[in-house]
Amino acid sequence: MAKQQFIFSGTGGQGLILAAIMLADAAVLAGQNVVQSQSYGPEARGGASKAEVIISDEAINYPKVQKPDLVLSISQEAYKKYGLSLDEEVVLIVDDTYVPETKPRSRNFYSLPLTKVTRTEFGSEQSANVVALGAVAAISRQLSLEQVREAVRQRAPKGTADRNLKALELGWQLGIGALKRAKA
Amino acid sequence: MSKARLMQGNEACAEGALAAGVKFYAGYPITPSTEIAEIMAEKLPLIGGTFIQMEDEIGSMAAIIGASLTGAKALTATSGPGFSLKQENLGFAIATEVPCVLVNVQRAGPSTGLPTSPAQADVMQARWGTHGDHPIIALCPSSVQECYELTVKAFNFAEEFRQPVIMLMDEVVGHLREKVVLPESVEIVGRKKPSVSPDEYIPYENNESRIPAMANFGDGYRYHVTGLTHGENGLPTGKPAVAEKYLERLMRKLDPYLDRIQRYEEILLEDAELIVVAYGGPARSALEAVHAARSEGLNVGFFRPITIWPFPQDALERYADRRFLVPEMNSGQLVGEIERVVGRRQVERFNRIDGELITPDQILTRIQEVMIHV
Repeated sequence: MAKQQFIFSGTGGQGLILAAIMLADAAVLAGQNVVQSQSYGPEARGGASKAEVIISDEAINYPKVQKPDLVLSISQEAYKKYGLSLDEEVVLIVDDTYVPETKPRSRNFYSLPLTKVTRTEFGSEQSANVVALGAVAAISRQLSLEQVREAVRQRAPKGTADRNLKALELGWQLGIGALKRAKA
Repeated sequence: MSKARLMQGNEACAEGALAAGVKFYAGYPITPSTEIAEIMAEKLPLIGGTFIQMEDEIGSMAAIIGASLTGAKALTATSGPGFSLKQENLGFAIATEVPCVLVNVQRAGPSTGLPTSPAQADVMQARWGTHGDHPIIALCPSSVQECYELTVKAFNFAEEFRQPVIMLMDEVVGHLREKVVLPESVEIVGRKKPSVSPDEYIPYENNESRIPAMANFGDGYRYHVTGLTHGENGLPTGKPAVAEKYLERLMRKLDPYLDRIQRYEEILLEDAELIVVAYGGPARSALEAVHAARSEGLNVGFFRPITIWPFPQDALERYADRRFLVPEMNSGQLVGEIERVVGRRQVERFNRIDGELITPDQILTRIQEVMIHV
């Protein structure tokens, strides 16, 4: 596939780096070259957090995203930094709980209830990162659900595989639904 | 070859150490190297090895020297602030010729610096951080795959040459996750053991290979290990002739093996008017910039020292009639070596010290400045 560059942005502790690792794992399973990197502050929780994934069938030299194809933002601050001034060619996905204020765009914009469906399904916000991963994977259309499923199975913390696979399914359905609405 | 998998640079370094036969790790966790300690803590006990979280960095270095003297392949990992603390015992290991591998995943300094940000701040510290004349080997990976391969190599060099070896990584490759395909098996070199009886053993013998045979503590070979200048019998000496002989061998012990030790990568050099010399994580930005410059019709090449110390000067000297650009994530450290080899007037610099990885665009702009707007 042509080079695809992803940015996952939010707050430390939301699990965005793990979600990015899972996306990268899925790309390896798909036989692609992939690099995954992150930047974060010294805090374990709170503070800005950003994870990046580049997938390509060619060698990847510079390992950071130069021009994203898809940006996910799960905090208002991250949205302001990475999402607000994006070219409309770039797919932007935000969480409607943590990014309540967004600027209208004509296309490639998805404000999804990632946190809400996680709370409804599991009674907490844990696994919202994998719900987000499901939505990203479905909307980007670069990987199959089975490839991402296998990645989540491999990488989910011990004892959480079933919950995270369920979360992935929820996110994937959110993504597919959003794509359909966008076409309609 | 095994299956392709996603792996982090620090993880690949730890896996490389395990493949090379590491049996002992002592360390004190520090960002951005901590994953190496975490993996060692998990995996070493499972293979009959030992992991110790020491009281500090100084004790960690001391502990791996002791472990190595008993015959175990030994590893520690740290970052700039800890690397500073390890220097005294690193000197002891060099002087007593104790094989060991010290990983430094560099971050921005001086002092505590920027703990989670990349830099190449310890290039000269790796060469001259410990006092006195001494040989050193430092290897510098640019990819996750290379973190694995060079760590195996680091152990092999350490064992074969009785020499502490530094894996000089940076946060870019240490924390990068990348697709790797690990080999099913790797070549492993062990230290040379004495072939004589304990009575006849000369622990620091001036033999032709320049590398004395090394007996394990506990194997019945009684000998003395000291940081004081010592003779072939290992005992301290103040005799000028003996001191000189010891130091000369120590300083030249790697010379017969330089062909194997000095590793480097060369790309598009034949017709290159300008050669970009880069190493570690930023070399990835440099290579991308070189390809971009080529597509603009600029004759630019790429030289990457993989072995930083001893610096591959003979390899670089073949291009002494070209011009050079040296991008580094410090204020200019390795550039001094390139200037020494090819002359100061031919060498341009690009330095970034804000804790962010140099971008290909920055290097490309500098290439254009140097080649077009002279």
